Amino acid sequence: MEFDPLLLSRIQFALNISFHILFPTITIGLCWILLFFRTRYTLTGDVEWEYAYYFWVKIFALTFALGVVSGITMSFQFGTNWPGFMEKAGNIAGPMLGYEVLTAFFLEASFLAIMLFGKNRVSNKTHLIATLVVTIGTSMSAFWILSLNSWMHTPAGYEVIEGVIHIESWMEIIFNPSFPYRFAHMLIASLLTASFLIAGISAWRIRQKVDGPETWKVVRTGVFIAAVLTPIQIFVGDLHGLNTFEHQPAKVAAMEGIWHTERGAPLTLFGIPDEEEQTNHYAIEIPKLASLILTHELDGEIKGISDFDGEHPPVGPVFWAFRVMVGVGMLMLLVSWFSAYKLLKGQSLEGTPLKLLSGMAFSGWVAVLAGWYVTEIGRQPWIVNGLLTTADVVAEHSGGMVLTTLIAYSVLYIGLLISYVLTLRYMSTKKARSLIALQEKQVTTQLEGGY
Amino acid sequence: MDWLPIFFVAVMGFALLMYTLLDGYDLGIGILLPLASDAQKDEMIATIGPFWDANETWIVLGVGVLLMAFPKAHGLVLTSLYLPVAIMLIGLTLRGVAFDFRVKAKTEHKSTWNQLFFIGSLVTAIAQGWMLGSYIMGLTNTSISLAFSIAISFLLPSLYIMLGVGWLLVKTDGSLYKQASQWGRIFVAPLGLGLFLISIATPIASQEIAAKWFSLPEAIGLLPIPFTAGIAYLVVVWILRSPKLLAADYGWIVYVSLVVMCIMCALGLGYSIFPDVVISQLTIWEAAASRDSLKFAFVGTVIAVPGIFIYTVFIYRVFAGKIKSLSYE
Repeated sequence: MEFDPLLLSRIQFALNISFHILFPTITIGLCWILLFFRTRYTLTGDVEWEYAYYFWVKIFALTFALGVVSGITMSFQFGTNWPGFMEKAGNIAGPMLGYEVLTAFFLEASFLAIMLFGKNRVSNKTHLIATLVVTIGTSMSAFWILSLNSWMHTPAGYEVIEGVIHIESWMEIIFNPSFPYRFAHMLIASLLTASFLIAGISAWRIRQKVDGPETWKVVRTGVFIAAVLTPIQIFVGDLHGLNTFEHQPAKVAAMEGIWHTERGAPLTLFGIPDEEEQTNHYAIEIPKLASLILTHELDGEIKGISDFDGEHPPVGPVFWAFRVMVGVGMLMLLVSWFSAYKLLKGQSLEGTPLKLLSGMAFSGWVAVLAGWYVTEIGRQPWIVNGLLTTADVVAEHSGGMVLTTLIAYSVLYIGLLISYVLTLRYMSTKKARSLIALQEKQVTTQLEGGY
Repeated sequence: MDWLPIFFVAVMGFALLMYTLLDGYDLGIGILLPLASDAQKDEMIATIGPFWDANETWIVLGVGVLLMAFPKAHGLVLTSLYLPVAIMLIGLTLRGVAFDFRVKAKTEHKSTWNQLFFIGSLVTAIAQGWMLGSYIMGLTNTSISLAFSIAISFLLPSLYIMLGVGWLLVKTDGSLYKQASQWGRIFVAPLGLGLFLISIATPIASQEIAAKWFSLPEAIGLLPIPFTAGIAYLVVVWILRSPKLLAADYGWIVYVSLVVMCIMCALGLGYSIFPDVVISQLTIWEAAASRDSLKFAFVGTVIAVPGIFIYTVFIYRVFAGKIKSLSYE
């Protein structure tokens, strides 16, 4: 049996990056939330905020470790599987990845030590600053890697000399057309993922009756952040889509399932795309809405997939992933607004809202993965849009070798993912610090009352 | 001749040396873990807790510079080393996360994570030795280069173990301090033997390297390198065999001497390879990125690397001193 090394290398890369992105997505957002807890404690002196900080900083550390090790794998994979990319686009990709290491990785990894273990070794101020530095570090890291990723979608500021890409303007490269949208979309996605995680796990802890006042503070924080950011995210996502429509029309055609160029294209809510017959079966459509959203005119023209012969992505995965992302987004909006409404009204979250929130604890992961599948599969067959195809740059390994490493990585990642979720679950079953404090106080009062 | 590639190859060498010295000790402690009692295990892990994350980042910087300044070599080197790289990455992943999981997962799973921490550390060290060996052999696929790579994949774990011992002598006292010096007396022998054999084997296995070392007058100028390395090694043996000096808490000299020894090895290795980036295949100028890219990268490197160095020193100062136990507060 022959294995196609290109397909296997792609699956391996997809596996690695999918596993990797789960963890930075949490840490980038969670770090801002930790900074909030830490600042609240410093300003109010309310020890509950500090309890919240120390519960979540442990989860942050574990998540961060998983992000670091899977990130190291990423930095090697460019060379081991995609040497052509470094050869042809290395002038651009190299320095940008280098800047990520220089300006972000060391900051995060070094000052994390103070965040975790430094409380009794440095002043409160230094500790707060260390938290701030790590927060900035994680977001800086996102800045560089998303800038490079965006450049691969919307390359700018370059010239091609003898088949190799050279620099014309770093400003145009770094701030390429899709970067501002992607960066904003991803930062908000991280904050949403983290806010649903903290609200979800805390809701679960309340239902397990291991909660204290700190747990409720965390739920409120998560719910309010989510309620404010979800609508903003929908708006930013829409802008990002318009940007994609301008620069990568084939991707948008696949997202919307539009096969043939038409004016007044309908929005397909549901359907089963059929690549052979170039149509959607069982489609539920809203007339003219796709044209209205994308061109702001009822009769605006949208190019269909058949216009991009041989240069369009596979339609099915992009079409489905897009609907999953939007669906989860809508769910987030409903749940966060419902819970926020209850909280604002001063009503209890006991019952349905807590169940919904704990069910949504990892919803951010689903939306983020789906979103990245839309954008990355949507770029195929290109690795750098319009310049280099994925097939051009793959390493010439035997299929068997790539398959071996692919299986090894799969086993490792599945094991780690299960361990991660189970460990979070186990950590969440422990009594909250403030609950222990409360119970100790009650015992003392009872004893004193007895005398 | 353009000097930028020389600058970047120096930065890359520095990063990989820092990686060896720093991640070396925490990998070594991982390899020593099964030899320790449960209480000692916790103490050993506590000595590396605040540092391992940043230690590991040095290899990312090393690969990052390779990627940034020598994109062609990045592809060539890593494609040739496909299998050992994959094994190393799996090892690094296992140990990195086992470190965190062991304290956070259920107590009954702790010993499993300890074992994974050990296996991950050992596998990483062996795979790195293999990579280093075949790199010195110019990424060729002959039986000599294979034998040489296997030899180095035994040497590197013993170096890491000794760095781990040195680090424990810096950071601990009491029974673990004694235990560490005991381990040191055992593992210092294979390290010495390994270094000696490799020094002899390298010029035999590689004519290119032999030609660089054994021609006059360079040979005389180069003498201080093996000489200093040898002295440093003897100092390590001397301290470990002197109960008096150990009792007076001079164990830290072991780590410092190993650092000196590694710097000498790095200088020797650098001299053997320069100005190639892959021996007799690719020079640093052939592999270099375009001048515009290098200029851009240069600005960031000149500003960031000293900064990284300064705050690394700061973190080591915050967590200086003998460790008792490590808590999150």
